[in-house]
Amino acid sequence: MSSNPTPQSDRRGAGDDDAVLKVRDLSVSFATRQGLVRAVDGLNLDVAPKEVVGIVGESGSGKSVAMYSMLGLVRDANASITGSVVFEGREILGLSDKEMQPLRGGQIGMIFQDPMTALTPVFSVGWQIVEQIRQHTELTKTQAKERAVELLAEVGIPDARRRVDSFPHEFSGGMRQRVVIAMALSCNPKLLIADEPTTALDVTTQAQILELMGRLRDTHGSSIVIITHDMGVIAEMADRVTVMYAGRPVESGPEIDVVRSPRHPYTWGLLGAVPRLGERSERLATIPGNVMSPLDVPEGCAFAPRCEYAMPECVRRPAMTGGDHQHACWLSDEQRVAIGDRTKEAS
Amino acid sequence: MIARGSESPWRSSLRQLRRNRASMMALGLLMFMVVASLLAPVYAHLVAHVNPFPANVQGTISLGGKTVPVLQPSTVGFGVTPIGPTWHFSSYFLGADPQGRDVFARLLYGGRISLLISFSSAIICCVIAAILGMAGGYFGGGIDWVVSRVFDIVWAFPVYLLAICLSVILLTSGLNIGFIHIAPGSLLLPILIIAAVYIPYVGRPVRGIVMTLREREFIQAAVGSGASDWRILRKEIWPNVAPTVMVFFPMMVAFDMLTESSLSFLGVGVQPPNATWGTISNDGLQLLYTRPWVSIAPGICIVLTCAALNVLGDGARDAFDPKAKLRGGA
Amino acid sequence: MFTFVVRRLVSAILVMFSISVMVFLIFFATPGVNPAARIAGRSASPQVLAQVSAEFGLNRPLPIRYGLMMWHLFIKQDLTSYVNIGVRVIPQITGAAPVTLSLVLGAAVIWLIVGVAGGLVAAANRGKWVDPLIMFGGIAAVSIPVFWLGQVVGLLTQTKFHSVFQWLPGSGYVSFTQSPGQWALHLLLPWFTLATLYAGVYARVLRAELVNAMNEDYVRTARAKGLSERRILMRHALRCSLISVVSLFGLDFGSLVGGAALLTEVVFGLPGIGMLTYTSLQNLDLPVIMAAVMYGAFFIVLASAVVDVLYAVLDPRVRVVK
Repeated sequence: MSSNPTPQSDRRGAGDDDAVLKVRDLSVSFATRQGLVRAVDGLNLDVAPKEVVGIVGESGSGKSVAMYSMLGLVRDANASITGSVVFEGREILGLSDKEMQPLRGGQIGMIFQDPMTALTPVFSVGWQIVEQIRQHTELTKTQAKERAVELLAEVGIPDARRRVDSFPHEFSGGMRQRVVIAMALSCNPKLLIADEPTTALDVTTQAQILELMGRLRDTHGSSIVIITHDMGVIAEMADRVTVMYAGRPVESGPEIDVVRSPRHPYTWGLLGAVPRLGERSERLATIPGNVMSPLDVPEGCAFAPRCEYAMPECVRRPAMTGGDHQHACWLSDEQRVAIGDRTKEAS
Repeated sequence: MIARGSESPWRSSLRQLRRNRASMMALGLLMFMVVASLLAPVYAHLVAHVNPFPANVQGTISLGGKTVPVLQPSTVGFGVTPIGPTWHFSSYFLGADPQGRDVFARLLYGGRISLLISFSSAIICCVIAAILGMAGGYFGGGIDWVVSRVFDIVWAFPVYLLAICLSVILLTSGLNIGFIHIAPGSLLLPILIIAAVYIPYVGRPVRGIVMTLREREFIQAAVGSGASDWRILRKEIWPNVAPTVMVFFPMMVAFDMLTESSLSFLGVGVQPPNATWGTISNDGLQLLYTRPWVSIAPGICIVLTCAALNVLGDGARDAFDPKAKLRGGA
Repeated sequence: MFTFVVRRLVSAILVMFSISVMVFLIFFATPGVNPAARIAGRSASPQVLAQVSAEFGLNRPLPIRYGLMMWHLFIKQDLTSYVNIGVRVIPQITGAAPVTLSLVLGAAVIWLIVGVAGGLVAAANRGKWVDPLIMFGGIAAVSIPVFWLGQVVGLLTQTKFHSVFQWLPGSGYVSFTQSPGQWALHLLLPWFTLATLYAGVYARVLRAELVNAMNEDYVRTARAKGLSERRILMRHALRCSLISVVSLFGLDFGSLVGGAALLTEVVFGLPGIGMLTYTSLQNLDLPVIMAAVMYGAFFIVLASAVVDVLYAVLDPRVRVVK
């Protein structure tokens, strides 16, 4: 493991007492025939109440696996999960399914990437929301149904009282994502985990859903962890952001700092590739090469093989350093300035 | 850690199948059955010192120093009771059938025909079904209409009834279409009949796959770039259909074997002098209560072979059908 | 909805028509096949053959003969057997139908219970020893020829284990109205024999469907909702998997009632539709064959219509398409 565990004391807004979620050194690896795959490698994360934390990276960077593993949703006998996940002051990593069930859907809600497949096709949306409410509360069927109607109205589904009995396929993609959000919020969770909530939607709907989530954060008071590959979403929503590459965090800090003065070459790439809202692109084409196979991650800096500025030092793995705005890169500040000047001249 | 280049899906599927222990055991059992049956002419005379085909009504064997007739007068009423299993490999290991023939030797020879019929039916069925399904799904329009209607009608007909209808008529007169003449006793008749009735089972899924493939970009691109239909079917469609046919094949062999034995049991399958496990079992029916092994032994052969084929089919599905693969996270 | 029903009806009639034509053609228009020879027996003299031909109108054009047969079968309902001269066909069918229905209904109850339970238990215990055990049972069940299983079951209950099973009556059929108890006792072995294959098929199909369903995104959502694995399996996954089981069941039930149970009927000497079809096929008793096949086709077509309706009930996605 890396030489120095990250110092936490100097982090903003995530003091040990009031943090909703505190993740330390989370690692997830899968034993495969070709060898050990480290899907997540040493992730740290702090989420304060009402805070929106973004995790950004290309697909395959391990950001979703990290979230699923926290909730015990990685159900692979070959997976090994280590580290610590403290939710509301309680260690939840390694809890049994039974102990996790009240948390899942009750205190931690989840929103998934593809609203077209996230709902069970054969039950009405109202039934599915009621099912979750009754799983976690003592409400009666009628009360739960009433609550479902309120929730649907709140997330902006017109004519909610009638639509509550409709089936998932009778909604458009955006409307279905609203249903999924309503469901995730149905038990007033402390924490909402949104896994690429807008990726499968068209651009106008994306903006609406983001706006809705921002509004709900204020009314319900949930913290949000939003997973995305889209820096535009981060700029729109997040208070803090962690950039992940090949399962490792490479940069983290307040959204403003990371977006305005990114320090890691990978983040530069992501920002260079930032698709402005309205011109969504699936691939971040300006970073040369693709995310490597998780089997081929080098011992040193994972990004080095694709990095324009790779140096001899990069064969050793850089630790996350810095205060509130951390990064894992061997470049010195002088070198960064020089690179910045060169880029300016070139343009 | 060794970096692995991308492997062709076929190779990796085959590798996965090879690692499936149940499938490999099933394959072993199947190979044993096939080899034991195929080599029957080589060694059957060693276990049975009589020719298993002509009747041997007057025959005798020596058992423990005594000479015993193969067929003994029945203790109840008329008829004869053949000698029971000697459990001795020198002769009549499983006893004799009502005509005094060695059941064990007949079993070995019967396996040849059972396997021949079920494998050739399955091959013919899969080939025709793949051709029809691909033609219907790819060309659409009138061709598809005709193909689908044929599938519908054959599908709507219980397999056994259709097979019996065809057998009853063809087994008495043979098949004479134009220059094709098939004699009534020919093994080709049951092979073709059994192949025909199962065509929709394979053809329908193939057609469905081709229809969805037709809409995919890479096919559209091939069409757009002016590739010939034949080339697209061969280079783009077939590689995607082949795994499905592969998965169906062992199952179809098992189906065909059960169908053949059932038809033979009803007397409308394979005709004497040819023998299959089905006909041998049928011969033993009248002896069920005195010499049950005549009927039970061929049944066990059928069950073992079909079970092996089904296990193999399951393994093939796990290995070749991407739907059964675990979905990765992230 | 109305156009859907009409379309469904038209296609049903088309299928039945094609089946009747197909059977007719198999018997009268297969090249090189002389039906008179089949009716008259293998070694009939030319005179006898000519007589048979004339008697059964075999020398008239095919379409006319087909039309006549259908006319007598459906409109006048006075079609008589070729072989048992004078015996009407329709009463034979209505006499045999209850036997087959009794057999298939009882077997269906058994195979549904065993198959669904087996599939569920196997899927719920994936990765433990129970799963492969049940699946091996399923493989064995689908690998046994029905006629052979019937024989062996009959043999064991009447010889080796006769002392245990001496309360079982011999083969044959007693109608339900005559004595419900005897009806059930006589059908017990046939029920289990027929149900074995289908129980194996259904357990295997349901397990595969459940395993697939448990990998779906909606199951992940259900887990994220905090539902127990048991509830996810029994409610979400089972409900979605039952759709394919129900359609399978409809078609199997239809074809069994329509005559596909003939092997079981022959082995246990039950005078049902399958047995009737089989004996008429052996005698080339075309009127009976036509009637039995049309009856079977009717049930198969009916079953697929019922399946379509059930599909709509079980899968809300289909309701919109209509």
